[in-house]
Amino acid sequence: MRAGRRQAVLLLAPAVVLLVVLVGGSQVLMLAASLGRRSAYGGVIPGWSLENYLRALEPLYIRVLARSVILAAATTIVCLVVGYPVAYWLARRAPPTMRRALLVLVILPFWTSFLVRMYAWMFLLRTEGLVNLALGSLGLPALGLLYNPAAVLLGQVYGELPFIILPLYASLEKLDPALLDAAADLGAPPREVLRRVVLPLTWPGIVAGSILVFIPSLGAYLAPDLLGGARYVYVGSLIQSQFAVARDIPFGAALSFALSAGVLLVLWIFRRPLQAGSGESG
Amino acid sequence: MARGAVSLRAVSKSFAAVAAVREVSLEVAAGEFLTLLGPSGCGKTTLLRIIAGLELPDRGRILLDGRDVTDDPPHRRPVNTVFQHYALFPHRTVAGNVAFGLEMAGRPRAETTPLVERALEMVRLSGLGARRVDQLSGGQRQRVALARAVVLEPEVLLLDEPMSALDRKLREEMRAEVKSLHRRLGTTFVFVTHDQEEALALSDRVAVMNDGVIEQMGSPAELYDVPRTRFVAEFLAVRNILPVEVQSADGAAAVVRTENGLVLRSSASGFVTGERVWVGVRPERLRLDGPGENRVAGVLEDRLFLGDRSEWRVRAGADVLTVSEPGTSNGHRTGDAVTVTFDAASLLRLEPGRPPTAS
Repeated sequence: MRAGRRQAVLLLAPAVVLLVVLVGGSQVLMLAASLGRRSAYGGVIPGWSLENYLRALEPLYIRVLARSVILAAATTIVCLVVGYPVAYWLARRAPPTMRRALLVLVILPFWTSFLVRMYAWMFLLRTEGLVNLALGSLGLPALGLLYNPAAVLLGQVYGELPFIILPLYASLEKLDPALLDAAADLGAPPREVLRRVVLPLTWPGIVAGSILVFIPSLGAYLAPDLLGGARYVYVGSLIQSQFAVARDIPFGAALSFALSAGVLLVLWIFRRPLQAGSGESG
Repeated sequence: MARGAVSLRAVSKSFAAVAAVREVSLEVAAGEFLTLLGPSGCGKTTLLRIIAGLELPDRGRILLDGRDVTDDPPHRRPVNTVFQHYALFPHRTVAGNVAFGLEMAGRPRAETTPLVERALEMVRLSGLGARRVDQLSGGQRQRVALARAVVLEPEVLLLDEPMSALDRKLREEMRAEVKSLHRRLGTTFVFVTHDQEEALALSDRVAVMNDGVIEQMGSPAELYDVPRTRFVAEFLAVRNILPVEVQSADGAAAVVRTENGLVLRSSASGFVTGERVWVGVRPERLRLDGPGENRVAGVLEDRLFLGDRSEWRVRAGADVLTVSEPGTSNGHRTGDAVTVTFDAASLLRLEPGRPPTAS
């Protein structure tokens, strides 16, 4: 028992130290900064004020937050609708010998930086981009594809899709095919097999994948900035601008801290299915 | 009219290049208990899944009570299956599993609750309806699978090796239970197993399958007493099987000679003078130093004590015979010279049939 314990400490120590110092430590710094005041030169004057948090509740910033939540929710929903069939096909229909290669294709985009890929989308979507060139050669008028919320959503979905396909694949692959046979045998048409057996049993994968997509999307910065042309402010760009442009570190810190708290709240709400998921794989 | 007659007409099914079922035709009478018996890979489970609609045959038709259901998907067939590893829904309770088919049939909750209750009672699981499936033992899961299928009152109940995952004692219990369930329901049962004892104990008729075809079909007694091919004989525990040449045959009696020179008499029909066939005799039809037209001198090599009987290995020249005698050693010891004796009526004529597939 004691040897097992020492082993656990040794195995976990690097990760725990890293997380405590980098995540915990930065959160403490952030919290301290958020309670202070901005100095004339962009520094932080320590203090114990909730002023920055109250400011974050102003309608202007609530609207930004709402826009971010909508973007994150829309990204999650589109990723689910697009990713679930892909994961289903990969896990249950694709030739087993090709599965590994196909999964590599799913994560292939990670081999290039997200920033570069966002620029690639700009080349595709801009007024004189590839899509509009193709339309023009067909005699069709050019479309304003870039610098609008749809472009932001597209970029976000594109970037996050692999993160939802992988957990969905994992839960679909575990699904016992005999259960699908049994449901059909007991009178369930395909639609009901999906609704009553496949979806409930892959629910942990759905929740895990959705969280993996929703949380980064909530703080998304690159896609809104590049594909949205910074025309619509999202939480991510708002925070970035507080630190880099407005030089109001305490307010930026308060926004960051509030966002982290919101993320923790989401995780807490979905703690059950996440635990069920880890229980099943263990 | 009794319902649940199944008719298969020249059904074939291949997976990739491998033929699983070859032109099988089969008539199952309404209310009959039919067993498909054979080693793994003989096509018995595929045939069952074809009846359920879970596999589409490449060729051939399936009729239920004279109605062609070949193109009906599984959820439209009045047929239910007890799956090999139960296939219970882990996200539903015991009652939720049993109620699944009733919900799919659109029965109102007020109706399903008593039906579920009764089905659980039938398999002796009353009061366990609220349990989660993973809280049940193997035998209990098996019963839930049974209840889930019979609650829909199918015309045909298909059972795919339902007891293979249970230990021996439970298996014998479940055997009695399945038999009594069949008697009480009167539904047609099509049962798949690789266990010859199970097949003989339960069935009205048994179809022995080998390499995608039905090699012999008949009542358990017929199959036990008169297996026609070498494969069927081997599968039904005829342990002494020898290649022979027929020396003379006149309808009532035949004299055959084994490759190693033993001369034996058989009263089985069908022998043709000069042909090379196989003969077989069950270990329990052989005696040590008893009466009988056939007498083979040999030496006792080994004894397996099996409780209610002993199994002797007797070396007779190049051949080895297995003799099963009731009781203990009867005074015989390993190394003794003995005469193995048996009646001419016990020596079976066996056609080569298809080469047995690996099991």
